[in-house]
Amino acid sequence: MDIFSHKDAATFSANRPPAFLKIYLWQNRASVDDRSFLLALLAPILRPYDPAIDRDYLARLVAPSAAHWFGTDGLGRDLLVLVWYGTRTSLLISLISVGLGASVGLCFGLAAGYFRGWLEVTIGWVTDILLAFPSILLAIAIVTVTSPSLQSVMIAVSVVQIPIYIRLARSVVLSLREQEFIQAAKALGATPMRVILRHILPASLAPLVVQATLSIGTATLEAAGLGFLGLGAQPPTPELGTMLSDAFKGGYSLSAPWTTLFPGLVITLMVLAFNLLGDGLRDGLDPRS
Amino acid sequence: MPQYILKRLLGLVPVLFGITLAVFLLLRFIPGDPAIVLAGERATPDQIANLREQLGLNKPLLLQYFAFLGHLLKLDFGHSIISGIPVIDEIRSRWAATFELAIAAILGAIGLGIPAGVGAAVHKNRAADHLLMSSSLIGVSLPVYWLGLLLIYLFSIVLKWLPPSGRLSVEIGFSFRPMTGFYILDALLQVNPGALVDVLSHLILPALTLGTIPLAIVARMTRSAMLEVLSQDYIRTARAKGLPDRGVIFRHALKNALLPISTTIGVQFGTLLGGAILTETIFSWPGIGSWIYDGILARDYPVVQGGVVFVAIVFVLINLLVDLSYAWIDPRIQFR
Repeated sequence: MDIFSHKDAATFSANRPPAFLKIYLWQNRASVDDRSFLLALLAPILRPYDPAIDRDYLARLVAPSAAHWFGTDGLGRDLLVLVWYGTRTSLLISLISVGLGASVGLCFGLAAGYFRGWLEVTIGWVTDILLAFPSILLAIAIVTVTSPSLQSVMIAVSVVQIPIYIRLARSVVLSLREQEFIQAAKALGATPMRVILRHILPASLAPLVVQATLSIGTATLEAAGLGFLGLGAQPPTPELGTMLSDAFKGGYSLSAPWTTLFPGLVITLMVLAFNLLGDGLRDGLDPRS
Repeated sequence: MPQYILKRLLGLVPVLFGITLAVFLLLRFIPGDPAIVLAGERATPDQIANLREQLGLNKPLLLQYFAFLGHLLKLDFGHSIISGIPVIDEIRSRWAATFELAIAAILGAIGLGIPAGVGAAVHKNRAADHLLMSSSLIGVSLPVYWLGLLLIYLFSIVLKWLPPSGRLSVEIGFSFRPMTGFYILDALLQVNPGALVDVLSHLILPALTLGTIPLAIVARMTRSAMLEVLSQDYIRTARAKGLPDRGVIFRHALKNALLPISTTIGVQFGTLLGGAILTETIFSWPGIGSWIYDGILARDYPVVQGGVVFVAIVFVLINLLVDLSYAWIDPRIQFR
């Protein structure tokens, strides 16, 4: 979903790259949530159990207790540890997918907007085709063909993100390329590569960073959705969507509701946190707000 | 207007062409020999050779693509590897179930989302506005597959109010004959109140699950569109003339705020067809989504391919209809 109109992007990006410095992060409502997700990265250091090998078959599907705060799953694994590691995996998938999708989309979008002509038409056609598929369906098609794995999910989710960034970057470039400072750079003999990298790219980063933050939430939902369909990380790698899938397919999601409650709650909080962060960044960087 | 419609329809051709090309190439990227994958693991060498000949896999890639396109134009999506049933027959028997679910979900989203958004805009920065906007933010952050499981647990297991899966109870199935595939419509046509209640009770939970994200998005869009319109001069004029508040909000403001809202609704309806895969899987809803999911699990590529092409084409057509509906909603728009 494009969050900026063509005109917004112009006003938005023409101003201050230093706005990133006061990125609104520490004043942001979501910052506590987001920082708490960074704890997930410490899972391998703080772990009380290893999610891959520590199983207690005598304590299968045990309800939340002092020994197992989130209870245990169908294989007797501690759910807290699984959720902890799963959050790490989900976070990793989302960040890499969005990073990859944004980078590729940015390159094509900048090229389409700057060089125009047949390149713009071709890139526009590919973008239209990618946008013609509902995002989860496109991701499913890609993972089905490339066989389910962590890498496939990252590629699939990033491909889904690419057209969003192509359109956004192109619209920013279209509004910037006619401005005086770009004309001046060209008149001074700057090469197209230099104009793009030194002048257009820094000025177009603000809306892209906001979109990227909002995309992390969407990417998290899509990646967990693929995991739920059994197309995500494969055992023994813990992943939040795969945990929901295990409980659903194992037939104990309703008799032992904690097996779905905690992974789903963490996905929701994670998406919520990134959506709030994106909203906060947009409010902070948009001169009209 | 007719020229605009024609122009848009012609503009669809390269996109539809691209969709088929993308799906064709995706299938060719399957690691290994596509004939072995398509024929299944238990196929004999003769069967594989026959399939290779039948699919024209020995021919150049370009010829293969034109052959694939030719089959698609004849609505020949191939046969399911598992059941052997033609893919197009499966699509014919299942599309109505998915559409009934998607329509119910979007109607729920419109019915609740627009009043909620209007209420939030009218009571801007008050408790009701904060509550509605916080709820909508949570709504867009919810994974539908998780929400579905929670709803089944609450309403089917704990409260036992609603059935957890399927479209119809077994006992009702004996007295009910599907005609159009839209069960609500069928129950009405057969004047069968028992079946109607049963169909509706099966529809509520999946529609609620599928409609939650569109509901939240419609509510947010309605609020922002209404706030934009409510600050216009003509609204102030209408109020200054002494028109009642209700008339100003619904006749003057909402009518003009409908354009961005209708765009959102159209886009969401298309997205629902993709989201249906997850919802139908959870509720064992016999539509296109759960069928694609079964195809994925069984590595039934003709099913996945046919399902993906079908949904993508419908998605594109819905987006076209949304564009065309602008003229009806806002006569000020000039099409060229």
